[in-house]
Amino acid sequence: MKKLSKMFIALTCVGALLAGCGSGNTAQTPAPAQQPAKEQSNSGSTPKTSGEPVTAVGSTALQPLVEQAAKDFMAKNAGAQIQVQGGGSGTGLSQVASGAATIGNSDIFAEEKKGIPANELVDHKVAVVGMAAAVSPQVKVDNLTKQQLIDIFTGKITNWKDVGGEDMKITLVNRPKSSGTRATFSKFALDGKEEAEGITEDSSGTVRKIIAETPGAIGYLALSYFNDSVKALKLDGVEANAENITSNKYPVWAYEHMYTKGEAAGDAKAFLDFILTDEVQKKTVTELGFLPITDMKVERDAEGKVTQK
Amino acid sequence: MKARLMDRAATVVLTLIAVLIIGTLVGLLGFILSQGWHKLNLDFLTSPPDIVNAGGGIGPQLFNSLYLLVLTMLIALPLGIGAGIYMAEYAPDNKITQFIRMSIEVLSSLPSIVVGLFGLLVFVNMTGWGYTLFGGALALTVFNLPLLVRVTEDALRNVPRSQKEASLALGITKWRTIVSVILPAALPGIITGAILASGRVFGEAAALLFTAGMSSPNLDFTDFSLNSTTSPLNPFRPAETLAVHIWKVNSEGLTPDARDVADGAAAVLIIAVLLFNLSARWFGNWVYKKMTSGSN
Amino acid sequence: MSHRTEGVNTERKSMIAQKMLTTNKRQKTENITGKTIAMICAGLLVIVVLSITYFIASKGLSTFFVDGVSFKEFLTHDKWDPEGEPSAYGVLPFILGSFFVTALAALIAAPLGIGAAIFMTEIFPGFGKKVLKPVIELLVGIPSVVYGYVGLTLLVPFIREQFDVLGFSLLAGGLVLALMILPTITSVAADAIEAVPQDLRNASLALGATRWQTIWNVVLHSALPGCLTAIVLGMSRAFGEALAVQMVIGNTTKLPGGLFEPISTLTSGITLNMGNTIQGTPYNNALWSMALLLLAMSFIFIVILRLLGRKRLAK
Repeated sequence: MKKLSKMFIALTCVGALLAGCGSGNTAQTPAPAQQPAKEQSNSGSTPKTSGEPVTAVGSTALQPLVEQAAKDFMAKNAGAQIQVQGGGSGTGLSQVASGAATIGNSDIFAEEKKGIPANELVDHKVAVVGMAAAVSPQVKVDNLTKQQLIDIFTGKITNWKDVGGEDMKITLVNRPKSSGTRATFSKFALDGKEEAEGITEDSSGTVRKIIAETPGAIGYLALSYFNDSVKALKLDGVEANAENITSNKYPVWAYEHMYTKGEAAGDAKAFLDFILTDEVQKKTVTELGFLPITDMKVERDAEGKVTQK
Repeated sequence: MKARLMDRAATVVLTLIAVLIIGTLVGLLGFILSQGWHKLNLDFLTSPPDIVNAGGGIGPQLFNSLYLLVLTMLIALPLGIGAGIYMAEYAPDNKITQFIRMSIEVLSSLPSIVVGLFGLLVFVNMTGWGYTLFGGALALTVFNLPLLVRVTEDALRNVPRSQKEASLALGITKWRTIVSVILPAALPGIITGAILASGRVFGEAAALLFTAGMSSPNLDFTDFSLNSTTSPLNPFRPAETLAVHIWKVNSEGLTPDARDVADGAAAVLIIAVLLFNLSARWFGNWVYKKMTSGSN
Repeated sequence: MSHRTEGVNTERKSMIAQKMLTTNKRQKTENITGKTIAMICAGLLVIVVLSITYFIASKGLSTFFVDGVSFKEFLTHDKWDPEGEPSAYGVLPFILGSFFVTALAALIAAPLGIGAAIFMTEIFPGFGKKVLKPVIELLVGIPSVVYGYVGLTLLVPFIREQFDVLGFSLLAGGLVLALMILPTITSVAADAIEAVPQDLRNASLALGATRWQTIWNVVLHSALPGCLTAIVLGMSRAFGEALAVQMVIGNTTKLPGGLFEPISTLTSGITLNMGNTIQGTPYNNALWSMALLLLAMSFIFIVILRLLGRKRLAK
């Protein structure tokens, strides 16, 4: 009996320990809670929200933008519930098509993915992302012609000296075959040529790290991921910047899409409209390294046909 | 002479191996802790991550990890203990029992990614829940059940027969005996096992990528209702745990201090796992001392 | 605790007492309910295993039955291009990558792990139990993401600078995995070595054998099935590991070409592509088939372990 009671004391101790962890957490709650409260107080004009939860699932590249926009949207519209989840463009498109998600985030046109009923989905282009070939700063080359780029990525050119650089082996850093970034880069920078096998990573952060640290490495990144550790190459002498992309002088860019099944309604519509306001486009979109969709001077369809706006 | 030399050489080599292993661990821990040390302050531990700017914390992720742990244990412990009781007390020696044993082995050797994919298929897609904490907890339950069953069974079997017999002799039913005599005596072993399993829950990422998701909604830590999407306690919301956060920040982080955040989060994760390990060890020793101190 | 030796007699008495007293109806239902609950819990384990097998198999097999990919081509071709025209579904590079990296990890970890096991059971049991064992158990607790992260920041650059190669390689994956499976091998092997009867050691020593000769010829010999079990257990862990490996092997989809060449594994192939593909498409199904292969491998590992276990019992 004595032992039994001791066991219970022991149990209580563990319980207390767990409770301690728990209370440690509740103690830290005020900090995160303050922010929404503050933002809520300055939400003057509150449009009506249906309060129906909206889930936006898909592209991990687009996720930070949608998350930030959702945060701002919910701060303005008390009662609105928007859940943002990653999972990848494929997941986003399948879930919106099956009705599991309200909005499917995708890096590519639904038409480009096999097995998606693209005609049932309504496209909302919310931002533009530019992409550029990236090399480590030690590489002396600043510019490549499209042919040179194709030759490098198809494995024909394997040394930087063949394109005017120093004598250094070229290491390809690639994306998996299913990646939207790969699809865009291959379509507009490599004219759809079959790429040679190289190091393969899905995530932009890892790709950047590998390019930065591996001498002679070349890969491609969305412009938002460029920092001091990697260098963007010009393509045919054209720099990948906002001006050249909005006018399509620099062709390697893609839309960020948010698909709905049928026309958007209720909070989903309000949210999508909110993302297209200047408030999001000029601030969050730019801050995260995307280009505002509203700045684009051209339009491009799923087949890649470009028309002036 | 040659044999003696061999003996000497073997001792040296084996000692070197031991030193190498200890050195590796110390180096590993030292590296992780030294990289993340400067991030370890209250602000980092409590503030939410920032998507755009530097200076974000890991508050919600830390909470998610702990909450997921509690949820997983709430589901896994009763099931594990129940199955452990069956295996130790009831299971007849026949083909069915063997099949159950085989199932436990299969479960414990399943790659975590397979469990994650199963979770994706069943808990995420088929139930229509989407990525949820609850789905994550179920996947982790699948993961930890074999360990808990085994630990429970061992602990129950190690309870002296005399205790069981004494209870049965008093006319107490078998089930009562199990619940009120054998189980309490086996508790220390079960708790040690549970704490070790907790460490695994805390560190698991591959299975959670596909079940609990990689995002955390804006949490309102003043809202404790179970069904509001911003409530931290709502089990049907997506949740990113600390281990998943390290993975995500490393791979997709856009903030200038992504590397710092990953370093800090890794240090926190390591410290948490160390705590789990040490407390399991300490608890085991403490109970062992209590049991053997001869006070009864 | 002091009545431990009152054998059979008490037992019989207690049985009789139990029979006499449990006639109470309420107690009976309680007994049955309890047993049922316990049975359900145990049954659940079986259900979980069966449903995992069923779901993964039903998804994984559709590559062959719905999409019409030949099973032989899937396993033996080395061209992986599910979105190409014509598409190709050869997963041989992934399979071989998984096997090679697992084998390499076992090659590195087995001598170290068994060496450490001998050290802490035979050479310095005191130090071994107090320091080495806890240290090794701590290695188990370190999350795989952290292993991968450290591998990416320390190991890959180290290999690159030392050998003037890419760094992302079979070797890097093997080393990271070796560290991860070391604890499994060590603790299981240590248990096996400890179980060797002391008499055997004494006999050998009495015959004038040195300590090492005793360990090598007698102890290890009789602990061999146990040590093999340890290695196979470690390998089954290595085969299914995903994130840590993916961060350091480079994931190049081609047949493994050498220690310093990047490789792909089944797990990395799945994690890299699963989120980007559409459910129900042949590409996505092919990934599920790869998961099915992983599942099949863990069944095979279990069968090997069972055989080893039987051998151990026979000894």
